Amino acid sequence: MTATVRVAPEDGSDATAPARPVPRRPSRPATSRPSSWYLLPAALFFGVFAAFPLVLVVFLSFTSWEGIGDPALIGLDNWVRLVGDARVLDVVGTTLLLTVLGWATQTPIALLLGVWAAGPQRNRAILSSIFFLPLLLSSAAVALMWSRLLDPYFGLAAEFGPFQNILGTPSGALAAIVFVTGWQFIPFHTLLYQAAARNVPKVLYDAATIDGATRWHMFWYITLPQLRNTIITSSTIMVVGSLTYFETILLLTNGGPGTSTYTVPFEMYIRGFRSFEFGYASAIATVLVVVATAISLIIVKFSGFAKMRSTMEGM
Amino acid sequence: MSTLPRRKFLGLVGAGVGAGLVGTTASGCGTDATGGGGDGGEQMQIWVLQEEAQNVAHRVALDSFNSDAEVRGRLVSTSNDGYRDKLHTAMGSADNAPDVFYNWGGGSIRSYARDDLLVDLTPHLEQDQAWKDKFIPSVLDAGMIDGKYYGIPARGMQPIILFYNKAVLADHDLQPPTTWDELLAASDRLSGNGVIPFALAGGDAWCELVWPEYLVDRIGGPEVFRAIAAGEEGAWRHPALIRSMNMITDLVERGGFGDSFASVRWEGGGASTLIAQGQAGMHLMGSWEYTNQVTDQPEYAANDLGFADFPAVDGGVGDPKAIVGNPTNYFSISKSSPNVDAALEFLRTEMASDAYIDAWLKAGDVPATTNLEARMDAAANRDYAELVYNMVVDAPSFQLSWDQAVERHLAQPMLDALAKVFLGQLDAEGFVAANENAAK
Repeated sequence: MTATVRVAPEDGSDATAPARPVPRRPSRPATSRPSSWYLLPAALFFGVFAAFPLVLVVFLSFTSWEGIGDPALIGLDNWVRLVGDARVLDVVGTTLLLTVLGWATQTPIALLLGVWAAGPQRNRAILSSIFFLPLLLSSAAVALMWSRLLDPYFGLAAEFGPFQNILGTPSGALAAIVFVTGWQFIPFHTLLYQAAARNVPKVLYDAATIDGATRWHMFWYITLPQLRNTIITSSTIMVVGSLTYFETILLLTNGGPGTSTYTVPFEMYIRGFRSFEFGYASAIATVLVVVATAISLIIVKFSGFAKMRSTMEGM
Repeated sequence: MSTLPRRKFLGLVGAGVGAGLVGTTASGCGTDATGGGGDGGEQMQIWVLQEEAQNVAHRVALDSFNSDAEVRGRLVSTSNDGYRDKLHTAMGSADNAPDVFYNWGGGSIRSYARDDLLVDLTPHLEQDQAWKDKFIPSVLDAGMIDGKYYGIPARGMQPIILFYNKAVLADHDLQPPTTWDELLAASDRLSGNGVIPFALAGGDAWCELVWPEYLVDRIGGPEVFRAIAAGEEGAWRHPALIRSMNMITDLVERGGFGDSFASVRWEGGGASTLIAQGQAGMHLMGSWEYTNQVTDQPEYAANDLGFADFPAVDGGVGDPKAIVGNPTNYFSISKSSPNVDAALEFLRTEMASDAYIDAWLKAGDVPATTNLEARMDAAANRDYAELVYNMVVDAPSFQLSWDQAVERHLAQPMLDALAKVFLGQLDAEGFVAANENAAK
């Protein structure tokens, strides 16, 4: 443990002040943090490419704009329309459904695979490097590949009767999206879990073995609690990612069949880039930002992640 | 209305709106530098679709133009899916706009024309009557916006044609249908024998749109849709439209498109392959279908590919010679281009040149130029080229595809509603209501 306690006064005036006992502030963090200048590159990047455009999008949501010419301020019209738009409810419902399904399928698989891949065996190292391959492919390539594979007459789908028309039925198309995004993103989360599982101190398992714990006990009472922070991180990435996920839908189902796989980001794209209603698209985008931020804050709050308690405490 | 300085604002928004979506354009940014060459000097960008079969002709035109030009042209091609987004974003900022770009006329450039971003070609065409006379008037006029010309026909005419596989129809003792009743009978016989009657890439609703376009025209004549495009009150409620939707539902329920059409995407070429391999009997599609078959399935294109007019409908008042589709594609010039003169020169010298016409004919397209009879020898398939040419010349009306003809924000709701009709999720009344709601 490093204990570089800063006792230097905060402002210069104290230095010349008469020697007075300065009470030690117990709340002061024990670890010294780098100067805030370290933040500058990230803050600049975030400001230019995230915060600033966000402000513009909020501004655009109060305008009517076709993408060319000058945006015309129209007050709350887009927002009033958004509230009364029955379709938005559908779209939000689909988005949440996809998010939940995505999380519920990806988390257990990635966790189990990650823990398995963390083992020292050579075959696991080789196999897991193969599992990680989809990480190297671009989302667009993955979606296009699956779109061809799921072609009802000339793809793999043709060989499996019940799956032939998978993209042509609402539930099938949703399942296909969950499957393809899972195929693409499980490796990433597996990687997180693998790294985390390797960090679990071996002494815990040794002690458990001496106490006669079974493999299952060790997984349930040691590995899983030790992975808690990783589960939260991975879930947050998954949930926020699913809320804003887009390419797979555009290239795999194009929102279809009908409008059954329209999600909030897809609706935003259609309104903006197909219908050229950039004002309305911006209102949808604003809602998306607010909802995604709120959900990730909720996850962080209720999971205790904000406290950042190390799973190593007491060791 | 308050405004920021436009250039500045657009630049900012380019980053802003794009930020969330930028990942999606990755697939659509293929750049194809041919014909021009990067030997410095002035260049003008000519934006086209990324379609190998069709870009051959553009290259022919460009090579010929570049051989003695100060400002050389360079083809920049983008895939069909991303082209319009990319174009729209680029047109928003004068610095990034292409010099010459490929478009569909009508709704695809209406907002650019209204915002004064395009070179008005009317005076140039009026001054040079010989140039104007090189193009079929109805097709040239179809590209007009508010009475002005903004585009020069840049490729073949694209009426929607009823394609059929001769071998499949012959095997089932069928002729291409000339009436709707014959069409239903043929459909039933084919599906009864395990053949998909009509190939359809139902994953993309524009492929389904060709059906109501023709049916409404056959039943009610061209005025029905003109009223819709003009936004007239109650226009969607025309009986011809209701009847068309019911006929479509009937055909779908009879298995006219097989049971998996909704999973077929156009980009994968699935629908075209189905008919080429004999798994489907017919395909109602634009003339580009022929061009694609010539490239992808040359054997089928040469031997078994048949083509016919869309059948008449009993009791319909529309002329059975009328056609729908895309009169042609056009090249338009950005007003902000530093090379307007060179661009004009390119369109003037190359768009009706013998070499360009021959290249299109050879690729299976029929360009919108007059006196084509003399050059028919160059056609990949003379019968086909003459059919298309005569179809257009004889047609009393040539309705632009609905999704291009209506105001932009109404197109997607229309396509979505139509997809639901094909899926059996909406009836005729629901389709009408969806379109009316979108227009509110």
